[in-house]
Amino acid sequence: MSKQEQHWEKSRGLLFMTLAIWFVFSIGIFLFGAEMNEVTGPFGYPLTYWFTCQGSLGAFVILIFWFANRQEKIDEEFGFSERGDD
Amino acid sequence: MKGNFIDNLPKVYGIYTGGFLAFIIIMSIAEQMGMTAKTIGICFVAFTVAIYAIIGYLSRTAQADAYYVAGRQVPTVFNGMATAADWMSGASFVAMAGGIYFKGYGYMALLVGWTGGYVLVASLLAPYLRKFGCYTVPDFIGTRYGGNLSRFLAVVVLTVASFTYVTAQINATGTIASVALDIPFQYAVYVGLVSILLCSMLGGMRGVTWTQVAQYIVLIIAYLLPVFWISNKMGAGFFPHFMLADEVSRIAELEAQFGFVKNSAENLKEVPKGLAGITKAHSAVNATPWAFISLALAMMMGTASLPHVMMRYFTTPSVKAARKSVGWSLFFIFLLYSSAPMLATLSKLSLIDPTLPTGIIGKSISEVQAIDWYQNWNQANLMFVSDFNGNGTLELNEFFMGGKAVVLATPEIAGLPYVISGLVAAGGMAAAMSTADGLILAIANAISHDVYYKIIDPKAETAKRLVVARVLLVVIGFAGATIAAMEIQGILGSVIWAFDFAMSGLFFPLVLGVWWKRANREGAIAGMALGLISGAGYLIWVRNGGSGFLGITQLTFGIFGSAVSLVAMVVVSLMTSAPNAATQKMVDEVRVPSGKSILGKQH
Repeated sequence: MSKQEQHWEKSRGLLFMTLAIWFVFSIGIFLFGAEMNEVTGPFGYPLTYWFTCQGSLGAFVILIFWFANRQEKIDEEFGFSERGDD
Repeated sequence: MKGNFIDNLPKVYGIYTGGFLAFIIIMSIAEQMGMTAKTIGICFVAFTVAIYAIIGYLSRTAQADAYYVAGRQVPTVFNGMATAADWMSGASFVAMAGGIYFKGYGYMALLVGWTGGYVLVASLLAPYLRKFGCYTVPDFIGTRYGGNLSRFLAVVVLTVASFTYVTAQINATGTIASVALDIPFQYAVYVGLVSILLCSMLGGMRGVTWTQVAQYIVLIIAYLLPVFWISNKMGAGFFPHFMLADEVSRIAELEAQFGFVKNSAENLKEVPKGLAGITKAHSAVNATPWAFISLALAMMMGTASLPHVMMRYFTTPSVKAARKSVGWSLFFIFLLYSSAPMLATLSKLSLIDPTLPTGIIGKSISEVQAIDWYQNWNQANLMFVSDFNGNGTLELNEFFMGGKAVVLATPEIAGLPYVISGLVAAGGMAAAMSTADGLILAIANAISHDVYYKIIDPKAETAKRLVVARVLLVVIGFAGATIAAMEIQGILGSVIWAFDFAMSGLFFPLVLGVWWKRANREGAIAGMALGLISGAGYLIWVRNGGSGFLGITQLTFGIFGSAVSLVAMVVVSLMTSAPNAATQKMVDEVRVPSGKSILGKQH
């Protein structure tokens, strides 16, 4: 397998992992919204309510930075990162 | 100042933020000394708009890559702020807290959708389109799939989606300008339009970028300051986001105590159009899983297909920076979105809790009608009470409010000085202007670059191209303002439609362009055309009394449109021949961050 194919395979793996986490926070937990809302979540808010106003939103922010760092590592590993800084 | 502008950005915007805070303080002193509410409102709107106009003038340019992609040198954090302003519309600013206030959980699918979409932007599209080196989104479609028809269809989808969206924004600038400057709405719309064009005419994307950063700073201060202030004044908590659990459970308690009494249709006829009562639980789950998820999903896929957002990531210096920049964008959006539910909670509790001095439920009707702020907002057609059951006391089901009032009236109800209301008006204006600028520029750039330069006259010189781009900017702006002046659709309805249109026509052609090498021109054309047509058809059908299916409503018709688009694109691609070797090689190159971009620096 060429270097480029390996790079793409790893990138695709990272994409699937990112989308899986995204799925949990954007869709998965809301399948059980009514049940989960009975539980007390962080700061004392009902749990599902907390996810809609802070939890899922914050999880997305962290997820994107995590994804960006992992992708940069993959690019560096195969020597595909860009020269120069940002 | 030494060094070039880009190196000095933190300093420039630091001084700007300090200056704006100083301006707020000066205004509050002026208020103490007797300046009228009306003058303060005018000062806030005029001062901020004048600053944007100056930034717009200083950013003027005669170069194509500065005009189309801000010279591709916008640092990640600043691009994040600009995207957040680009993204958060007048609707997010003025109407979102109101939506949460009235509809609770079912509405909050929009919060999840409008943030979760950025994960798709970062992982599926933005870095690859940045590597491509395009100026516009149709530029990517046209080059990846080849042919004028695919490029043209992408322009059509872009225009339908963005134009639906932009009329709502111009409408919002007009509403705020008419209130703040006290002029009739039909003229205020054009005042708003001129302000919008001042930012983008001379500098194109460069001007819009630097004004959007300035607008973000204004709008975030204008949103957060009142929320923190009200929370502290009510004694609800020093940091509302972490400390409102008691207030949320108190609202649930009061809801149980009052109950949601259903008003008869006859009684509701009395209520002015656009006002609503509290009929849904605040924090309880009040929507089915599919209703919530389908709306969130439609907004997420729409986010990833809206060209005015995507094109912001064409302005970063590198692919790496584009990815990080998406994270910063969402962080800056998060600051406002996570505050909207807190504002809704504070606003609702302060009105309905009889034990609070501001609470009106349980008071006598005549007492409520004598309150100053009630009279003001009743006159502005945003508040209404009526004694349906004739017992002389105001019940929960007898109090009606407009969605905008949550943001606009809560500071006044909580007893904050008028300077805060002026600040909120400036914030709403900034939010609506920045989004309108991004959208008008997206449409004008697509038509001038993709239709005029790439299809009609590929030999046109840069100077001529930029004249065409600017003329289109003005024409599209005026068209949008003219439609906005007719006030056809409410602010929020048309915003949601824009997401559905964009996802129907563009989501799969964009994503598969990067992630599926086998996708070819015929497939993309079928995907865009059939996706848009079926999505629009579904909307028209449901609007005209159609029953719909699978629980897809007029707010989520993009789910149907994009499903048709996906099937059409895959089937037609597989039935026709694979893309040629050059195209396949191009896709391989897009997938690698290093090396030259596919399209040259000047194209």
